[in-house]
Amino acid sequence: MTANGWLQILLFFAITFALTKPLGVFMTRVFGGERTFLHPVLRPVERLLYRLTGVDETREMRWTEYATAMLLFSLVSLLLLYLIQRLQGVLPLNPQKLPGVDAASSSTGFAASAFNTAVSFTTNTNWQSYVPETTMSYLTQMAGLAYHNFTSAAVGIALAIAFIRGIARRESATIGNFWVDFVRCNLYVLLPICLVGALVLVSQGVVQNFRPYDTAKLVDPQTVEVDKKDAAGNVITNADGTTQKERQTVTEQTIAQGPVASQEIIKEFGTNGGGFFNANSAHPFENPTPFSNFFELLCIFAISAGLTYTLGRMTGSQRHGWAVFAAMTVLFFVGIAVSYWAEARGNPLLAGTDQTASALQPGGNMEGKEVRFGVANSALWATVTTDTSCGAVNSMHDSFTPLGGLVPLTNIMLSEVVFGGVGSGLYGVLIYVVLSVFIAGLMVGRTPEYLGKKIEAYDVKMAMLNVLIFPLLILVLAAISSVAPSFGTSQLNNAGPHGLSEILYAFTSGAGNNGSAFAGISANTYWYNTTTGLDMLFGRFFMIIPMLALAGNLARKKTVPPSLGTFPVTSPLFTTLLVSVIVIVGALTFFPALSLGPVVEHLLMRACQTF
Amino acid sequence: MAEKSKQISIWDAKIIKRATIDAFIKLNPRTMLRNPVMFVVEVGSVLTTLELVRGLIAPVAGVTNTLFELQITLWLWFTVLFANFAEAMAEGRGKAQADNLRKARTETTARRLLPNGKTEMVNAPQLRKDDVVIVVAGEFIPGDGEIIEGVASVDESAITGESAPVIREAGGDRSAVTGGTRVLSDQIKIRITSNPGETFLDRMIALVEGAERQKTPNEIALAILLAGLTIIFLLAVVTLQPFAIYSSAPQTIFVLVSLLVCLIPTTIGGLLSAIGIAGMDRLVQHNVLAMSGRAVEAAGDVNTLLLDKTGTITLGNRQATEFIPLNGIEETELADAAQLSSFADETPEGRSIIVLAKARYNLRGRELAPHEAHFIPFTAQTRMSGVNYDGREIRKGAVDAVERYIVASGGSTVPELRGIVERIAREGGTPLVVAEGRRPLGVIYLKDIVKGGMRERFNQLRQMGIKTVMITGDNPLTAATIAREAGVDDFLAEAKPEDKMALIKREQAEGKLVAMTGDGTNDAPALAQADVGVAMNTGTQAAKEAGNMVDLDSNPTKLIEVVEIGKQLLMTRGSLTTFSIANDVAKYFAIIPAMFAAAFPVLNALNIMGLRTPQSAILSAVIFNALVIIALIPLALKGVKYRPMSAASLLRRNLLLYGLGGIIVPFIGIKLIDVLIHTIGLA
Repeated sequence: MTANGWLQILLFFAITFALTKPLGVFMTRVFGGERTFLHPVLRPVERLLYRLTGVDETREMRWTEYATAMLLFSLVSLLLLYLIQRLQGVLPLNPQKLPGVDAASSSTGFAASAFNTAVSFTTNTNWQSYVPETTMSYLTQMAGLAYHNFTSAAVGIALAIAFIRGIARRESATIGNFWVDFVRCNLYVLLPICLVGALVLVSQGVVQNFRPYDTAKLVDPQTVEVDKKDAAGNVITNADGTTQKERQTVTEQTIAQGPVASQEIIKEFGTNGGGFFNANSAHPFENPTPFSNFFELLCIFAISAGLTYTLGRMTGSQRHGWAVFAAMTVLFFVGIAVSYWAEARGNPLLAGTDQTASALQPGGNMEGKEVRFGVANSALWATVTTDTSCGAVNSMHDSFTPLGGLVPLTNIMLSEVVFGGVGSGLYGVLIYVVLSVFIAGLMVGRTPEYLGKKIEAYDVKMAMLNVLIFPLLILVLAAISSVAPSFGTSQLNNAGPHGLSEILYAFTSGAGNNGSAFAGISANTYWYNTTTGLDMLFGRFFMIIPMLALAGNLARKKTVPPSLGTFPVTSPLFTTLLVSVIVIVGALTFFPALSLGPVVEHLLMRACQTF
Repeated sequence: MAEKSKQISIWDAKIIKRATIDAFIKLNPRTMLRNPVMFVVEVGSVLTTLELVRGLIAPVAGVTNTLFELQITLWLWFTVLFANFAEAMAEGRGKAQADNLRKARTETTARRLLPNGKTEMVNAPQLRKDDVVIVVAGEFIPGDGEIIEGVASVDESAITGESAPVIREAGGDRSAVTGGTRVLSDQIKIRITSNPGETFLDRMIALVEGAERQKTPNEIALAILLAGLTIIFLLAVVTLQPFAIYSSAPQTIFVLVSLLVCLIPTTIGGLLSAIGIAGMDRLVQHNVLAMSGRAVEAAGDVNTLLLDKTGTITLGNRQATEFIPLNGIEETELADAAQLSSFADETPEGRSIIVLAKARYNLRGRELAPHEAHFIPFTAQTRMSGVNYDGREIRKGAVDAVERYIVASGGSTVPELRGIVERIAREGGTPLVVAEGRRPLGVIYLKDIVKGGMRERFNQLRQMGIKTVMITGDNPLTAATIAREAGVDDFLAEAKPEDKMALIKREQAEGKLVAMTGDGTNDAPALAQADVGVAMNTGTQAAKEAGNMVDLDSNPTKLIEVVEIGKQLLMTRGSLTTFSIANDVAKYFAIIPAMFAAAFPVLNALNIMGLRTPQSAILSAVIFNALVIIALIPLALKGVKYRPMSAASLLRRNLLLYGLGGIIVPFIGIKLIDVLIHTIGLA
């Protein structure tokens, strides 16, 4: 680790901290229907949208209505994306003449990959089992994927606001209007900031065009070995079953183009993470400079950090908002410290190699990392994108050291509550808050209260349902895959504990709606496409429904005025408690599985064995 | 709080014996199903037992390890039995209380009054509601009822444990009588108010036995949390086997069940119902009878306490605190005259004057022979009392009455006297004017005395976030003075029952929970409205039915203890839950490295306790898990120590004790057991 590395990490966090209040205040005003500096321009647009869609902005919804509206909207969006993918071959903005997604497998009737992608972007996961440059047309990228980057983020933020209303309101049957929250989020928060942000990215060299792909002559032609094929295109095999190889000289390179900047900014700002290119944020057209890297990192944390301030504002307990922020901060620094330390220390098996950082080399474990980012910014990126549900990568998690890779995996397993996905991070952490308040609240000798709301059987039931879904999906799906040689383990590129980590990571990333991959696993198969698809779908909506039910129930309750006898949710003690509950619940659930994955891999690496 | 003879020792041999037997009877799966956590342990025990038998019949070389498997199976069964034992212990203590009560329900006969005015002898169980019976001195009262004619002294020690007899009379607020108590003098006519099996005593027995026990709201919420955690751990353990197979390290059923049982919250799961039963039991030991567990929990949540001034905050009698002489009169002379006039005054006020004179001026009591002294008793007409002694005529009484007396004796009134009297009244005291013949001497200052320790009590309540409101019929001036002196947060002066009711509703509208005590029929609506209404046992039937608790000692101060018991109940549950979950950390460090020691020897790095062998590690964790239930039974039955302090400090204290302690203790415990069983050679 270097002082320079830590300086960048601290600077990043300091700016995040500085953005929290202004963004939090702004969002409070937007969702409260108060006037902001954008109103003169955008308010007429908002009104027009309501008139066109027939939404009555004064009408409030019960939690069931809110949930129904959200589910219907998501379902229609999902189908829309599925159709765009399948029909892109006949739609415009397709200079590469790419065929419809899954066109080859359409004979089976079920297009697993298109389904997977449709679910993935609807759920704010952005898990990509496809290679974008060779699969998606510009229209699909913009109208299909970037559209979902906006809407799935707006849905998440709307839900968080609805949950906060549940806490803040007293004896109210309703928790807001989904359509209004959704429109305001897009119009006032996401679109304006993305418009400016995209221009910042363009200034750094991120491309934005509709051109067909460029071809460049290689300065230095490369020779590669490929499978030898017969005239019919079939691979020729030897008598012993191995494939025949032949050498091929490559003299040209295709350079993919497209409307990248507009998609890149919302990919970070909405914690989506789906790359325009396969290499994601490691690609120079997505993330060309250290500054663009720093800027994108700030975008990832911004909204989620701001929402903690909104929480404080709307509930009238600003210190509670900061207490939650503090808990997230603690978990963030633990994660980055471990991950940076593990990566900067390098690989003990390369004992003879100089792995120390110097003016000439970044040192540490540089496998799978970009030289322009180095160890610190790669570790920081991996931590930040898994603290949130962003899932973008600027380095390959699969190539991290076992402990370095344990951090992203654990971050997601804690259900991404370290700032977290936009909206989902906040309502995720609030579920933990409810559980912490319940367990510890009993210890002060009262029926547990959260900001004056009594936490009763129904609330605990909903919170537990929400918490249960997550391990259920991850553990069950990973367990099946790990003992199924035909469709599960056969797709692994690595054996032993590392292979198990790859399977675990895939389902964890899906259920957590993260979308980053540990790679090393060929997930574009019928089994993985279908299961990760369901994993993402249930991981999003089955957790949202109990959460909204809890919000609706909390909104109905009376508020008990706070007194000395009330459980304090504003103190450092509460922050400590919340951190402990998050870590203990997460650790207890996943420790057995992790011990057979990254933990044992780390110990074996020290004993000079790799996979 | 006086410890009553009803207190039962935790380790009463008879109860332990009965509980041990009950622990086995409770193994019935249908009974176990009520407690999902322990049911999972029972299912696990059955599984390992079957596997053990299979191993005995057809051992697999290199896998079957009968000694280890037998021990695991036994300790798993012990875990279930220990939890059952805890519940049976709590019930046993309740049953012992109930037995004491049953003795009071001796079969008696009753003299039932017939419409024609004659009486017939019937057995007590044949009495129905609205029957009228006659009970004479020496007889037991055959059922709960209300005196409609007569007055009698009644021995209620069977119910209250208090040996001093109490007066019960028709009409007013002291007309209720309880079946099983005994009339000591006189004869009374009683209208029976409950059918057999529904009497107060019956309900009390059912309550302490836990027969009618229904889970309280918080208990249900906690049970859901525990069930949820159990499912999570079930998932973690069930899916561990495929992961283990992937890693070429498949596990035996013994190891998997051990891990599961160690992880699921058996400590709190096993003790949960014992805690609930013991909470009710503690109330009964304080001679308070809650009609439901819900009420006990509500007591812990109370925000506002309404306390009657008389009897709760003040001693109930005014006492002399000062002699204020008029100008030119010696204070000793006034004290002497006051004392003389009070020798025959048997009221507490009168006695307090004698005591004060003695304490202040060392004026001893004098032998006043009846022939030299003529005492004039207080009457409602004269509103004075006094003495004619040795040619002196001393009178004391209300200012108007004494002034009339002075004028009648040929004297004249002094304006100064009025001034003193008004000042005392303003301060909330009662002035008593003393005169000798036509000469006024001064004023005795009688004051409502706040009970000792009340100010501290109210301070503690304030720290717990509970507001106290004093209810009094006094004028606002007097009320304010006493409120200030007692340290209550607020007062309601010149309170009528409607005002009380309005106050409760106002507090409740703000989301607060209100507790109060009451005894009169006119208290009944407020008692019913309050979240916690404690009726005095001496009160009317209406009051007792309206409240959700009855205090057998009829001590209004006990409301404070009731609140504490409610809080203690919740705290015990929360603390043991935290402890139970925190325990899991150490168990992971014991079991996970042991499970995979063969496949991945490097995992021994996680064996931070340095446990000897994989078998010993797993066995130690299982044994610790079982023993901790037994070790915590006393805590579950007695409740965690309650100290009045703010929620923040309470939380810090309990988190350190049960959270941090819960992480550390098992590391030490498991290590010790490991050393022990390794030394004995069991694993």
